[in-house]
Amino acid sequence: MIQALSGQLLVGLINGSFYALLSLGLAIIFGLLDVVNFAHGAQYMLGAFVAWMALQYLGINYWWALILAPLAVGALGLGFEWLMLRHLYRLDPLYGLLLTFGVALVLEGSFQNAFGISGNSYPVPGLLQGGTNLGFMYLPRYRVWVVLVSVAVCFANWLMIEKTRLGSYLRAGTENPALLQAFGVNVPLMRGLTYGYGVGLAAFAGVMAAPIYQVTPLMGSSVIMVLFAVVVIGGMGSIAGSIVTGLGLGLIEGLTKFLYAPASDVVVFVVMALVLLLRPAGLFGRQR
Amino acid sequence: MSAVEPRSELLRVTDLHAFYGQSHILHGIDLNVGTREVVTLLGRNGSGRSTTLKAILGLVPRRTGSVMVNGRETIGMQSHRITRLGIGYCPEERGIFASLSAEENLTLPPRVGSGGMSLQEIYEMFPNLLERRRSQGTRLSGGEQQMLAMARILRVGARLLLLDEITEGLAPVIVQTLGRVVRGLGERGLTMILIEQNFRFVSQLADRHYLIEHGRIVDMITRDEIGKRTDSLHRFLGV
Repeated sequence: MIQALSGQLLVGLINGSFYALLSLGLAIIFGLLDVVNFAHGAQYMLGAFVAWMALQYLGINYWWALILAPLAVGALGLGFEWLMLRHLYRLDPLYGLLLTFGVALVLEGSFQNAFGISGNSYPVPGLLQGGTNLGFMYLPRYRVWVVLVSVAVCFANWLMIEKTRLGSYLRAGTENPALLQAFGVNVPLMRGLTYGYGVGLAAFAGVMAAPIYQVTPLMGSSVIMVLFAVVVIGGMGSIAGSIVTGLGLGLIEGLTKFLYAPASDVVVFVVMALVLLLRPAGLFGRQR
Repeated sequence: MSAVEPRSELLRVTDLHAFYGQSHILHGIDLNVGTREVVTLLGRNGSGRSTTLKAILGLVPRRTGSVMVNGRETIGMQSHRITRLGIGYCPEERGIFASLSAEENLTLPPRVGSGGMSLQEIYEMFPNLLERRRSQGTRLSGGEQQMLAMARILRVGARLLLLDEITEGLAPVIVQTLGRVVRGLGERGLTMILIEQNFRFVSQLADRHYLIEHGRIVDMITRDEIGKRTDSLHRFLGV
């Protein structure tokens, strides 16, 4: 009994860690660019694939991939923003959503074409293999690592945004980009870098996820729907909101799996519907 | 034309048009401002005064004509590049960022020139802001927010200040403080364009007044001519 519960809660915590990392990037991008980045799931997949390919073809290990894959995918994001996305800011936000949705389909389609639908496994790095028996449950070391790193990365991002000078630019740009630019800040450049950074965060989550989930072309599309629910519940663009909601919803999902497994796929959306009814701006969102 | 001694030109606006979507707001503004000069834009609400300042900074969706800042054509520049030529802007709605503390608001704008005030000098000038520096920007009172909006651009070393209705809705004692601040800035050698409803506030501060109507400059009055033309001025402003 307690074994099953704690097992599901751990799975929930792991999923929640990824929700938090991914919705953090989404929230940062939405805040400054007003773009609902539908390619976020595909960029997460790209991170996992870059890590897998780097290991497979170049022999680059997990630790290097954890640094290099986000940089590579983030650079791609930067290029995409500069070539395409930035031309849509003056139009209705719907256009940005459609463009990123299209990019997600193209990315996922090409990877399916090249690598097939079945997954590739990525080995757990040697240092993090094995685990501890707590008596009531077995605690794999890699999963502890994932939770700790996700929480640390989320907290560091929150600190950076809320407490530093760089973060004050991001907050000001989220509120009133035109005025920030009129003060002499290069807002167009900031938007590009922010998009690249958010995409890099997605790729980082992808590398972290590679040893846990299968590396498959559709790994992102299965997570993106939940992700948008997380962002809506947390409040669009709220940084702390998306982190807390991500972790919280992972746990709720895990708990539901234990209580009544068939409902676990919909529980997130039930919560979303309730939150939208009671607090349309989200739990942590400001009314716009 | 004026008793103002010739000085070097800091801003020259020629045939400036501005558009918001389909609406044509400015219909060919012509004005020039010399270094160390204080100039006002007078006119009724909706005459295009605020839009003129925004168009100078490139803050309107579309603008045509010519805006020379310190001898450089800026009509094709993005607003952050224009500002970096040495301009400070205090918008009508004050533009205090709600998610930033008062001090973060104060230190947000990057420096655009040398000779800006230090944080300490600013706090000496506005002691209230020192007390409230940890407060969230929008928790400040209206007067404190206005002082913050002014203080913010004193730090950056701008040579040309664009000040939009800085006394609007403020208590007389705060208006007096701001009057002292603006006079002090003039003595420091800054160039200013002010938009004011409060004509008494600017009549003694400004060297010249441009009268705007329907997006055009219709007249220009120097400080010496004010006495003779008070009646027509009041009629123009509808007071």
